[in-house]
Amino acid sequence: MTTTRDDPAVPAAAGAGGTPAATTGTAADLAVHLLRLGDDALVLGQRLCQWITRAPTVDEDLALSNIALDLIGHARVLLTRAGHIDGTGRSEDDLAFTRSEREFTNVLLTELPNGDFATTVARQLAYTHYAVPYYQALADCSDAELAAFGARAAKEVAFHRLHADRWTRTLAGGTRESARRMQQGLERVWPYTAELFDEDEVTRRLSTSGTAPSPALLRTTWQRNVSEVVTGAGLTMPAPSWSARGGRSGLHTEEFGPLIAELQSVHRQFPGGRW
Amino acid sequence: MNASTPPPARRSVQEVRERVEALPDPELPVIGLGDLGVVGSVGPAADGVLEVEIMPTYLGCPALPEITAAVRDVLAACGHPDGRVRQVLSPPWTTDRITPEGRRRLAAHGIAPPVSPVPDGPVPVELGGVPCPHCGSRATRPHSTFGPSRCQSVQWCTACREPFPHLTAL
Repeated sequence: MTTTRDDPAVPAAAGAGGTPAATTGTAADLAVHLLRLGDDALVLGQRLCQWITRAPTVDEDLALSNIALDLIGHARVLLTRAGHIDGTGRSEDDLAFTRSEREFTNVLLTELPNGDFATTVARQLAYTHYAVPYYQALADCSDAELAAFGARAAKEVAFHRLHADRWTRTLAGGTRESARRMQQGLERVWPYTAELFDEDEVTRRLSTSGTAPSPALLRTTWQRNVSEVVTGAGLTMPAPSWSARGGRSGLHTEEFGPLIAELQSVHRQFPGGRW
Repeated sequence: MNASTPPPARRSVQEVRERVEALPDPELPVIGLGDLGVVGSVGPAADGVLEVEIMPTYLGCPALPEITAAVRDVLAACGHPDGRVRQVLSPPWTTDRITPEGRRRLAAHGIAPPVSPVPDGPVPVELGGVPCPHCGSRATRPHSTFGPSRCQSVQWCTACREPFPHLTAL
């Protein structure tokens, strides 16, 4: 599907009445950006839900499902707003349940299969050390609604980061096998971390106008903080090798399809169903 | 509430506020929405419709739809069938908003109230020594950051050897 966000002839037609017909300039950029952040949160939340009843302990089951719940809460706010300002009038449910794979713009990191527990911890470590400073920076941006969201979400993700940091240390300092798995988890997710900091015209325009933070600027902080945890735990930072990209433009990994199919299955069987 | 045939009489803003504040929180029914501190302003919006602001505790709080529905029922029962419920993120809800009465009620029901607020970021729970709501001992330690509901963690008392939920400071 091609995007027509900049086409003034398209917007609003399908929408709930009263939604401002919109979407040129900053509003269009912001809509794209909100969708990206919302998709990151939604997809990672959905992935983490797959741990429910399968986590190593019951406490961990609760921890991972609580984290997933927070992320889906973030996605709801972001997607609702995205649908509101992109002029299509789509609801959070429309965006989550009726888009095809290629229309999702999450980074590939968030859709990576859970793997073993250590891989999930490694993915959480990478994501949370990016998300906390990103949301903190969002709290200082010009859009009041988004700033309020950023302030709130940063506090929540800080708990997820604490969880990831602790598990990284615990697994690294556990048995030889748990340390090996933790290192392997880091190696597995590493090639997917670069995409978090990628810039394109949208992010550049938004950061120039002070509407959203520039992701590239966070990379040094991220690298430093993650390496503090990783090396502090006695593990080694993975060597830079190849990196995978494409999520932001709708090109996903093979494992993404089944994840989205599962997410959307109820809606497809009972379109418009409510409970 | 004896709402039956005639439309309910239009109650004052103050009365609506009191009734909303008295509603129990769906996840922590021992405490009212007022004592939890999630009720923002109550009053007529720009278009004259009565509006109740609700501040979500967590963005993904699953109790929100239930709270919204309960507040709408109050609005209808108070003669404001067109009343609105609005979620506000700013100012953000924090555990500081829980009233002293709310803290007392939580503790009385075995949920340790949040410990002294911090200016930003989460409190590392190790520093806690959250007083045990059963025996009062501070010889407690964190068991899990994530508890039975999104806003609670689980602590363990080494004195009376009971686990207990703790409302995490946010």
